[in-house]
Amino acid sequence: MATLADDTVVEMRRSGDSRFVAFALLAPALLVVGLFFVVPLVLSAVGAFRSTEGAFTLAHFAKALDLYTRDLLFTIEIVVLSTLLIAAVAIAIAGYLTLGEHPRAVAILRWLYRWPLFIPFVVAGQIMRTFLAKNGMLNHVLIGSGLIAPISAQSMLDWRGIVVAFVWKQAPFVTLLLAGAMAALERQHIEAARNLGAPRWRVLVDIVLPQVRGTLLVGLVLSFVAMLSVLSVPLMINPNSPTMITVDVAYRINTFADYAVANALCLLSLLLAAFGAAFYLRHAVRKVEDA
Amino acid sequence: MTLAPRILPHLGRALVLALLAFAIFGPLLNLVLWAFAEKWYFPSKLPLEYGLTFWQRVFAPRGNALASLGTSIWIAVLTVIVSLVVAIPAGYALGRLKLPWRGLILLAFLLPQAVPNLPVYVNIAQVFYRIGLAGTITGVVLVHASHGLVLAVWIASAAFASVDASLEEAARNMGASVWTCFRTVTLPLAAPGLMASAIFVFLESVDEFTGTYFVGVPDVTTLPLLMFNASMGGNYQIASITALLLLVPSIAFMLVVERFLKADVLAMVGR
Repeated sequence: MATLADDTVVEMRRSGDSRFVAFALLAPALLVVGLFFVVPLVLSAVGAFRSTEGAFTLAHFAKALDLYTRDLLFTIEIVVLSTLLIAAVAIAIAGYLTLGEHPRAVAILRWLYRWPLFIPFVVAGQIMRTFLAKNGMLNHVLIGSGLIAPISAQSMLDWRGIVVAFVWKQAPFVTLLLAGAMAALERQHIEAARNLGAPRWRVLVDIVLPQVRGTLLVGLVLSFVAMLSVLSVPLMINPNSPTMITVDVAYRINTFADYAVANALCLLSLLLAAFGAAFYLRHAVRKVEDA
Repeated sequence: MTLAPRILPHLGRALVLALLAFAIFGPLLNLVLWAFAEKWYFPSKLPLEYGLTFWQRVFAPRGNALASLGTSIWIAVLTVIVSLVVAIPAGYALGRLKLPWRGLILLAFLLPQAVPNLPVYVNIAQVFYRIGLAGTITGVVLVHASHGLVLAVWIASAAFASVDASLEEAARNMGASVWTCFRTVTLPLAAPGLMASAIFVFLESVDEFTGTYFVGVPDVTTLPLLMFNASMGGNYQIASITALLLLVPSIAFMLVVERFLKADVLAMVGR
């Protein structure tokens, strides 16, 4: 039987030790992330600014911008458009899952929307490569239903194909997060507004969405960053210029072993991601401070 | 006329659901058709001949699909082991122990998810090339693990945080050592969450493309790389069959995901 005094001593020793123990337990994980993530990231930044003689230079950026400004804009357009469409789809589906009043439709939708959830980008690329081709199923269905004439069937394997593949793959992910957050909301406000005669879209916009903005933002930023670094989808659907920065990076390395310009392009895409991450970090830091 | 207002909403709802079903299953069905098509030329709507010739070719004993499948699974298993060995102690520390800057450290572990990975893969490939790790299983596992670790740490810390501390105290009061207590009380209670993180890491590794593309070249060909090469070579049947193989774990996991992630992780995202 330990006395009270013993307990206090043990407790004090434990809290002193526990900080050391905690960091010792964390060290291997931090080491792996540091060695295989942070160090290469720093190398990328260094490589982008260093000439072959080792001096500081902006020549790689000048060359990257000279050759690939069009592709940078193309990348921004694709990723921003995809993010907006993902937001629209996720809000519509999650909103109906939360506010829908037809139980069977809600059940069907819940079962339906998430099939692409864990399908990898490279498979989504292959799927859309055949589905959206001139001879793909989409055109056949459109022609068969009389919506377009056979002569006007066209391949969608350009920027549209990339956007479709991105939205198809990422929207279920954001929807899953958003629907989870909406399900955790207090129903009282929703019920009250509905009882006062507010239409469902107003309840969604005015009451539900403001409360789940954080979750929506996280899902969208993670998608935004993921789409920025996908190589397989643009490579498979739209490899020719104008194309996405990731394809250019692979091209610089595979064809010219030109790591300097590749790193400059990488840093430019990091800059794009930083805009997204800034949103996210602001939100996350606020939450950490709240906790 | 009197029926119309009552039926219209039903029709509209059914139409929207049907369109969504087409948007989701249409592309998947198209893939299945390609996997079984022997001949399919423009402008025929459906394959001209169906068959299993390409399946035989993919699964031929000397075919490279089986070898790639083996490589993919082997890499994924090693990645899970490396990730969990490192993530379990880290998750325990973050979820259980008093730690200054806990939020900041958790954020640091989110970094690899919130930063484009391309610069990392490009430069790690260059470093690995110099030290002889490029084109090796070890190199690919390290790259996959550093990425999978992030999810593993987050899920593991949530799993450990949800273990009732009074149970641990009870074990400690009865004289169990820290290690015995962890092994017999904490670990079994956190096991479902750890299982979830293992599945996540496994799936991420099996599906990973970009890192393997840069680091695995030229000797390590995982299933996604095989699929990509077949597709770029214009062999849509082989690519579609390989894609179907890759869909099996993805869809199986999609069907059970909420069982694993219901409370702890989904509620944590965005907090």
